[in-house]
Amino acid sequence: MTAQPVPHAGGAPMTRKRERAAWGFVAPALIAIGVFFAIPVFAALLLSLTDFDIYALADIGNMRFVGLQNYERLFTNPLFWGAMKNTGLFAVLGVPLSIATSLGAAVILNARVVKWRPLWRVMFFAPYVTTLVATAVLWNYLLHTRYGVINWAISSVGLQPVDWLGDPSTSIPAILMFVVWKIFGYNMLIFLAVLQTVPDDLYEAARIDGAGPWKQFRHVTLPAIAPTLLLVSIISVAGFFQLFAEPYVMTQGGPAQSTVTVLYFMYEEGFKWWNLGSASAVAFVLFLCILAVTLVQLAVAKRVGAYE
Amino acid sequence: MKLRPILLNVAVAAIALLVLFPLAWMLSVSFMSTGEASAFPPPLLPKVWTLEHYRDLFVSQGMGRYLWNSFALATLGTVLALLFTVPAGYAFAKLRFRGRERIFQILVGALVVPAQIGTLPLFLMLKSMGLVNTYAGALVPWLASIFGLFLVRQYALSIPDEMLEAARIDGASEGQIFRRVVLPTLQPIVVTLALFVFLGSWNDFLWPLIILTDQSNYTLPVALAALSREHVQDVELMMASAVITVAPVLILFLALQRYYIRGMLAGSVKG
Repeated sequence: MTAQPVPHAGGAPMTRKRERAAWGFVAPALIAIGVFFAIPVFAALLLSLTDFDIYALADIGNMRFVGLQNYERLFTNPLFWGAMKNTGLFAVLGVPLSIATSLGAAVILNARVVKWRPLWRVMFFAPYVTTLVATAVLWNYLLHTRYGVINWAISSVGLQPVDWLGDPSTSIPAILMFVVWKIFGYNMLIFLAVLQTVPDDLYEAARIDGAGPWKQFRHVTLPAIAPTLLLVSIISVAGFFQLFAEPYVMTQGGPAQSTVTVLYFMYEEGFKWWNLGSASAVAFVLFLCILAVTLVQLAVAKRVGAYE
Repeated sequence: MKLRPILLNVAVAAIALLVLFPLAWMLSVSFMSTGEASAFPPPLLPKVWTLEHYRDLFVSQGMGRYLWNSFALATLGTVLALLFTVPAGYAFAKLRFRGRERIFQILVGALVVPAQIGTLPLFLMLKSMGLVNTYAGALVPWLASIFGLFLVRQYALSIPDEMLEAARIDGASEGQIFRRVVLPTLQPIVVTLALFVFLGSWNDFLWPLIILTDQSNYTLPVALAALSREHVQDVELMMASAVITVAPVLILFLALQRYYIRGMLAGSVKG
């Protein structure tokens, strides 16, 4: 410590010293973010304009700039479009399904007459913190055609067993069952937190006006959670666009490529075939899709908000 | 009037069954003898309880090694993430420096960029540094957590300036203020962030799959994915390895769930 008399806090030398200390606090984090996040992201853009492949991995001299060729080739590749279609399906089905489940569970848990609410809250959330790969392996067995518990339940009500992960028409719904089971607790907690801020008087007033449960939900609950609904759906879309471990563990992209997602396609292109240039182009297309969907949702929300 | 409470409680019980059944089944099957679970109708409890699969996993499948890798990486990742993000989050909330608002805006914008985009160049970068297939390579992404920085900043905003000023007038240096005044007040959010990083690292799959190429360095999820391709038929063995993988994080979460849920809501509802 300096023994000099300090003039008073806020003096010029003091401010400079404090500024230096502040930089000491933020510099390590900013450098790490710069080196391990920002540079790789920009480098990915450059890499996507090269033909970086396994030969370039051995000797960087084999790499050439090829302009937009990777993108052109991607857009004429049926496998890539298949991955885009599958990812789109996952998102289009999965986002409403998972949000509806979360919201349904939240509305039920928000009712005062339900017993042991804090306990259920934690329990319903628990699958979210479990290890994705482990629970994906677990669901593989639950979905087993012959010995799976799910087909057992189905057959006990007299229906035919389903070849969940072996049939291209049921593989996406099967994976979605697992994903919804695993993640619905997350958005449920967010909805619950918001529902708890809705004053009871509002429901009371609606009831006095003769509104049933559905009308109460439509005119009291829904307006209260609308902004949260938007936020949650944006985050969910981004999440469903980044499915990877689920198809990797449960189906390896099959059957008949029906569960190859964009990120799975990128992984195979990059780390199985070592076409890192082309894989970077995939990464960028994925990013632009997420960005586009986010912007559209924000625009729609603004439009809807203007009407109300 | 009496019907509604009954219906709601039944609905909650039904959801609880759907949520918990898979985990209970996993635990139960892990104690069954080899081949027992492959039957119709699927048995729910073992005829004879056995620990043979757990023994097999540790004795001949190298599970101890994977468990250690996961534990070491999650612990180191947590320590590093805290060292990098807690001081920075505090500084962004409470210390004035040139360009603070500007840099913060850029970081907010960067939040929409998924980290996966930089995966390929990051791999090449670490390869040129000789860090592929090392702990260091696996730890790198946890240093650059913008989310963690935000979480700490949000919380640190509530520290009263008067408290910091009082310490400054007493002649404390900024480093001393951070250690003696700021850190104790930040304790809850530090626990939350530590929990997030530990669970995040433990459960992470894509990055360790890419960067840890040698089997002896595999973390549990990577080992599990490889094991499940080799042992598809061994339901009981696979369920035992899933239990070993899931149990530590589930227990940790249940023990510290208050911190987890509070932090999660602070990070998403407010902003």
